[in-house]
This record gives sequence, C-alpha cells and structure tokens, in this order.
Amino acid sequence: MNFAKRLLIVSGLILAIWGMAYGFFYAVSIEHQTLEKIGSSLAGGFTLAAQRNLSGALAALDESANASYIYVRQVDAHGHWIGLSMLLIVFGIVFHRVGFGERVRMCLAVALVAGSLTFPLGVLLETYSQGWPPKFLAAAGSAVITLALAGIAAGFARRPRA
Amino acid sequence: MSEPILHSSLGPSDPRLAPRESRRLLVICGISLILAGMIFGDFFAVFILHQNATKINARLLAATQAVAARDAQGVANSFQDVGGFLENRGTKVDAHAHMIAFGYIALLLALLQPFVGLPERTKTSVAKIFLTGSVLLPVGVFLIHYVGLARSPFAAIGWASVVADFGGLLVIVAAAWELVGVWRYWRRGGSARVSDDLPAGNSWCERVLLCGGTLLILIGFLHGAYYAGVHLYANEAADRSLLSAMVVSAASGSAADTAQALGDYAQLQGAKAVNVAAHAHIIEFGLLAILMALFQPYVSVSERWRRIWAAVLLAGSLILPVFVLLEMQMGLVAGGIADVGGLLVVIALFGMLFGMFQRSERLDTTSKVRT
Repeated sequence: MNFAKRLLIVSGLILAIWGMAYGFFYAVSIEHQTLEKIGSSLAGGFTLAAQRNLSGALAALDESANASYIYVRQVDAHGHWIGLSMLLIVFGIVFHRVGFGERVRMCLAVALVAGSLTFPLGVLLETYSQGWPPKFLAAAGSAVITLALAGIAAGFARRPRA
Repeated sequence: MSEPILHSSLGPSDPRLAPRESRRLLVICGISLILAGMIFGDFFAVFILHQNATKINARLLAATQAVAARDAQGVANSFQDVGGFLENRGTKVDAHAHMIAFGYIALLLALLQPFVGLPERTKTSVAKIFLTGSVLLPVGVFLIHYVGLARSPFAAIGWASVVADFGGLLVIVAAAWELVGVWRYWRRGGSARVSDDLPAGNSWCERVLLCGGTLLILIGFLHGAYYAGVHLYANEAADRSLLSAMVVSAASGSAADTAQALGDYAQLQGAKAVNVAAHAHIIEFGLLAILMALFQPYVSVSERWRRIWAAVLLAGSLILPVFVLLEMQMGLVAGGIADVGGLLVVIALFGMLFGMFQRSERLDTTSKVRT
C-alpha cells in the first residue's frame, strides 16, 4: 500500500477513535447538563416575563442562547470529526483510482488530513474564545478540505495511471 | 494491509468473484438499512416533521399568551408540551440517522472483510451480530416516545431505551471483534497478499459515481462554509433578539409585535433546519455514491441499466438537497420535488440491490450445480 493510502486510512481510523472518544466524554459529562441549561433558561425566561421581571427574563434568555452557542459547536466538532474520518477511510480505500502522479496524490492526502484535523478543532475552540484565531483556523481548515476535494474529484474523473 | 489481488480479467458473473458470505450479508443488509432509513425519513418528513413544527409554534404562542396573562403555570405547561414534541421529533430523527449511518458502516465493514483475520464462519456470525444491533437500536429509539416508562423497573429509563442500548452494545461488540480480526491479520504478517473479490474496475459507472460522489461532498462543503461564514452568526443573533422581542412584547401586552416576533422566529428556525438538512444530505449522498461505486462489480444487470441506476442515484442526490434548500422560497412545491429526489435515490438503490440479488442467486445456483 502506498504512503498516501496508508496515511488516509490510518489518519481516518485515529480521527474516528478520537471523535468517538470525545463524543462519549461529551455525552456522559457535558451534554445533558448543557441541554438542561438551554431548556430551563428558556422556560425560566418566559416565566420571569410572566412575573414581570423583564431584566431577569432577558438575562435568562441570554444564558440559554450562550449555552446553545456552545452546544451547537461541540456537537458540530464531534459530528465533523467522525464524518471526515469516514471520508478519509473511504478515500484511502479508493485513492489508487485518483488519476494523478504519486506526488500530487500525496499532497491531496496530506491536505485532506490536515483540514480534517484543523477544521473541527477551530469550531471547538470557538467555544473558548469568540475572537478571530479559532474562526480563522476553522475557515482555513475548511478551505484546505474544499481544495483537496476538488483535486480528488478531478483525479477520479481521469483514468488512473498504470 | 496489502493490496488486494485484482481479478480484472474475470467477468462479473464468474463464480470466482463470489462475495464471501460475510461480505454479501453486510453489503445487502447495509443497502437495505440505508433504504429503510431513507423511506422512514421520507414518511417522517411528510407526515410528522411539518405538523410537529406547527404544534411547537402553537405552544410557543400559548406560552407568550400565558406571559401576557401573568400565568407562570401556563408558561410551564406550554414548555412541557414543547419538550414532548421535541422528543417526538428527536427520536424519529435519531432513528432515521442511525439506520442510515449503520448502513454506511456495514458497507465499510464489507470492504474490510478480506483484511479481517477470522474464519469465514466467525466473520458471518460477527456480521449478524452487527446487523442485529443495527436494527434494534433505531427501532428502540423510535419506540421511546410511545413506550415511555410503561412497566419499566427503572426510574428514568423505559424498555425501549433498554432495547436501543442493547442494540448499541451489540454494534460495539461486533465492531471490536472486527478490530481484533484486523489485528490478527496484521500479526499474521499482513504483507501476504489476500484475495479480494471486488475487482478494481475502471468502468464508466464506477468513475461517474466516484467523481460525482466527490463533487457532491465538495458542493456540501462549499455550502456549509458559505452558511457558516455568512448566515450562522447572524442567525444566532437573530434567534436571541427574536426571543427577547417575544417576551418583552408579550409582557407589555403588544399582541401584534408578539405575533410578528413569533412568525419571524418560526421562519428563522425553518431556514436553519433546511440549511442543516441540505448540507448533511448532500454530503451523505456523496459518500453513498462513492461506496456504491466500489460495489458496482456485484450489480449484475446490463451495462445500460447500471449506467441508468448510477445517473438516477446522482440526480436524486442533487435534487433532494437543492430543493430542501429552496423550501423556504418555494414552499410545498420545493418540498414535493425534494421528496421526488429522495424517491429517485431509493429507486436507484433498489435497482442496484436487485442486481446484487440476481448475482447472488446465480452464484448460489452455480455453486449447488458444482457440488
């Protein structure tokens, strides 16, 4: 098996294990508390409004929105890591059919792996900092994956080299 | 892991290309799981999803009316109902998503079978365990909303959850067993070439499915990046401000403003849902097309029909997410066209599955005659 195929399959397996381990840790120790916070803050906001405590109501709704912001990104990071790991494994199996030379295939594989690691990581880091570095990391990772996918699609359209 | 021996000189009906029993089971049942998940998803979209969204909006309206009437208990009751509707929706989405995801994993495991260092009989048993779990988990999740805690010995977990968890355990056990098999294959000296009954063909169908599948995933990524960059943060801010406007206007007795905020909030939730659904579906269909490219040698129909099924699969895979996305502008017409797209994917998968059954029967007959 050549290096590009091996890189994709091994990285895909490691990323799948990492994504599932993160998901398991998240589901056991964070998710239920987060969902509870989103629901109770939302209902609490309406209840406080019924009691005419508007500042309390708005604070509760803000709390719910903040918890929801974090929840969406944590689930996205988990889902994208696992989804991308499946993509890496499947591409690893068929990468010999990408009709480019070994060097180009190698570059495409490295780009896809690098993007698959950094894109969800950037999304996850957005829960710790709402500044530009995590957003830049996520956007750069996503752009690298997009370019690699375009290259792979072009490679599949060509007949593989003997 | 070694490169499989390639039988490119063999014809598609050659018995030497007979899939191993475990692989045949995983391929046929994997596609069947994907089909079942898609058909269930279509029913869910048509008969439950929209009605459920309407009920949630109605309960939100009731909550704002309770706010206006200073009725804190009414607010609590409305949100309790919303919780029930969300459970109904959530369990169905989970059942749909898990059925399809297990179908994909079954296809991936089928590809892995030549590199699993276990006796064929054991591999077949492991495949059966995996498939049993893959059916039990989504069925159990689906039943959670209906069974509830009836006759359950546990305080917070009903029988349906127990069945779903048992299904999940079976899937984990089977996956771990497969991993042990791969480890045994490597330990035995994985450098020895193994025979794989999937030839590395380079037919029109395989190239179109591989290339088309990758393009679908690429489009999905571009759309996801556009949505995250342009709409995600704006939608989150709008979500927050609309909820605030809802409670403030309800508390001040401004029914018209409350109705406006509720309507805008419902539109926003719809826009978020269609964007997420379009993004997820187009990428999943891309992955499905790539996987189906690999199993084309098992589809025993004429080249013309293979091309038709490949084209129908790709067309449906594009139509469904594009028209899901257009639902906010075109309403039910777009929803109907999206359903037709889903139907096209289902028909193409049935066509390919039929070809695989035909091939299986032919190979079984050949094998019996030889015996």
